[in-house]
Amino acid sequence: MEGMSVIIKKVTQLLAGLIFVYGIYIILHGHLTPGGGFAGGVIIAGAFILLILAFGSSELNLKTEVSGSSGTESLAILLVVILALMSLLLGAKVFIVNFLPKGLPGELLSAGVIPLYNLFVGVEVAGAILTIFLALVIFKEESST
Amino acid sequence: MTAYILTFILFLVGLYGVITRRNLIKIAISLSIMEFSIFLLLVLIGFIDGGSAPIVDPEKAGTLYVDPLPQAMVLTAIVIGLATTAMLMAIAIRLYRKYKTFDIREIKNLRG
Amino acid sequence: MNALIPLFVALPLIAAFLVMILGKLVSKFHRFFTPLVLLILLAMAIYEFSMAGMAPIIYTMGGWSTLGGIPVGIYLVLDGFSVLMLCIINLVGFIALFYSLSYMKQYTAERNYYALFCLIIAGMNGVVLSGDLFNLFVFMEVSVISSYALVAFGVGKTELEASFKYQVLGVLASMLILLAIGLIYWQTKTLNIADVKTLLKGGAGDPFLVFIQVLLISGFGLKAAIVPFHAWLPDAHSSAPSPISAMLSGVLIKAVGIYVLIRLFFNMFAFSHEIAVIFTVLGTLSMVAGALLALMQWDLKRLLAYSSISQIGYVVMAFGMAMVLLSSGTNQGAAVLAVTGAVYHLVNHAVFKGLLFLNAGALEHRLETRDLRKMGGLSTAMPITSSTSLMASMSISGIPPFNGFFSKLIIIIAAIQGHFYLLATLAIVVSIITLGYFLKFQRYAFFNKPLEKALQKIREVPFSMSFSMLVLAVLCFALSLLAFPAISNEVLRPAIDVLMQSDLYSITITGL
Repeated sequence: MEGMSVIIKKVTQLLAGLIFVYGIYIILHGHLTPGGGFAGGVIIAGAFILLILAFGSSELNLKTEVSGSSGTESLAILLVVILALMSLLLGAKVFIVNFLPKGLPGELLSAGVIPLYNLFVGVEVAGAILTIFLALVIFKEESST
Repeated sequence: MTAYILTFILFLVGLYGVITRRNLIKIAISLSIMEFSIFLLLVLIGFIDGGSAPIVDPEKAGTLYVDPLPQAMVLTAIVIGLATTAMLMAIAIRLYRKYKTFDIREIKNLRG
Repeated sequence: MNALIPLFVALPLIAAFLVMILGKLVSKFHRFFTPLVLLILLAMAIYEFSMAGMAPIIYTMGGWSTLGGIPVGIYLVLDGFSVLMLCIINLVGFIALFYSLSYMKQYTAERNYYALFCLIIAGMNGVVLSGDLFNLFVFMEVSVISSYALVAFGVGKTELEASFKYQVLGVLASMLILLAIGLIYWQTKTLNIADVKTLLKGGAGDPFLVFIQVLLISGFGLKAAIVPFHAWLPDAHSSAPSPISAMLSGVLIKAVGIYVLIRLFFNMFAFSHEIAVIFTVLGTLSMVAGALLALMQWDLKRLLAYSSISQIGYVVMAFGMAMVLLSSGTNQGAAVLAVTGAVYHLVNHAVFKGLLFLNAGALEHRLETRDLRKMGGLSTAMPITSSTSLMASMSISGIPPFNGFFSKLIIIIAAIQGHFYLLATLAIVVSIITLGYFLKFQRYAFFNKPLEKALQKIREVPFSMSFSMLVLAVLCFALSLLAFPAISNEVLRPAIDVLMQSDLYSITITGL
């Protein structure tokens, strides 16, 4: 896949980092502002996809497998389910219960387990969408060459 | 009341697209239109007149909030819609490689 | 609260993603790990089955107890019908997985197959356990999206086309179901099944409720492949790999189609006469149309797929008869008999249709073809396949002493006792037609003279495939023992009681 013009490449280089940081902000403030895990994960994946679209897959030398993003996605889901199962052992011994201490409403470090869930779900969603995109791009490469 | 009727009309537009379009990608897009119309209907169901966004502000206590449950439902359903659209597009691309066309009138190997 | 209940869903989820990660590092990890996980699930299901009493066991996720009598949490409910479905799902899942240990060697991406298989099992376990409408929708989507990927697994021309048709109709069905759930929420402001039941007690003929019920019948009818919503089933079930066909036809259309319909219409909505008549008419149409269309097929798996439509028609017709009798309030005995026959036939069909699809897979594995005209005379070359398929064919046609005879007999007796003479006649006629096309299958595949000399060099299938087929054949025989009232009181009575006494479900939950 060919890349795009020089203007788009320069602007993407400047913007991709900002988009990535914005996605992390949405994830971390998921219990205070709208957004949360899923929306932040999609924004993070959007930063990576913007880079791939602007520079073209031939220049980025994408590998023939999606092992990196696929492994990240599976690891994040495992952490979510293990976190849910840990609540079976600690605290009130019920599945998916909020067992970490809850602070004051409105603080960043509050609401128990929810920021952790947001973080893992965000990483998982970013990995999943990136895997889908990479699989489709690499499939196009393999079939056309 | 008109808002509900408009979302239902959008649902029927999507349904018309699924039935009459011949291109695989257009069928997938029409299915997405149907999904989004139902999400709009779900969020509309939870609307209360004069309510604000359901985020608790510790200073202003006791304000009227709209119903947050349909909004949680729609968030989950958006993720499901994404997965479904991704599956449809992956199969459509592979079908193009095999049959060299997106037209559903050409893709009829299975009969009877 | 019973702590094993969420593990039914959490354990296959963990297994699926562990297989994805560790399958890259440790080779052949998935071949040992996934059968172990499914065996643990089967043991848990049988343990729950032996422990279940009369009252439903409730598990609240997150520990949210009821606030002033209103359930606010997401509930997982385990009652008699759920535990029966759990046993069937995990049993057929384990057998199909064991079968696919040697069948899937011909495909390249085996690791993805085992992960998707675990996801289907997780989704179906979640559907039969959930007591909350939206939770049910989410788990149904998990299992159905995994099945879209599994139908298209060997990426040939016919598999991809079948998967695309299946997906378009499946997404349409999910949208109709989501619309119905949204409208139920609008009416009752709650999503808990028991709470909706107490709030909807009043209006039975309300036009809004009738609209919701019709939407639900269309949506779940598309998932369960009732005529006229059956167009995707022959393509999808014949193009999928054979263990996946066994899972789809044996368990998926029951767990996300028939089970949810029965749970919602017996335990959530009040009985109404028009909806019951719709059920009965759709069931009868499926029964007759499926059988007539199966007679003309020369492709083996397409014949079995149309036969699935016909047998699911039996189950829906029997449930419809029970609803007609219960809505008019007379003849309780015939209604109980109809529900008994329907649940028994549901269990039977999972077992013998799974066995038939595994046999078809064994034939395809050795002969590379599904066309009946190209097979012949295999009864000496493949003894295990031939004898198990003979047992399964006799079961599904309703020949004593196998299990199909008893379940069809109970349905026909219930039809006669409820004065549905036309339905009883049609059931007998369709049973004879079923015998007809299964005799065609047996004759052309096993008892004809072989047309080519190459067919005489066929050997039997490997151990894991033949072991799975033998287990299911023994189960066919053992399930016929359920006809004795003493045994069926232990096994089927909890399921029937939950459906007949529809108040039992809701009082236990909202009374807490």
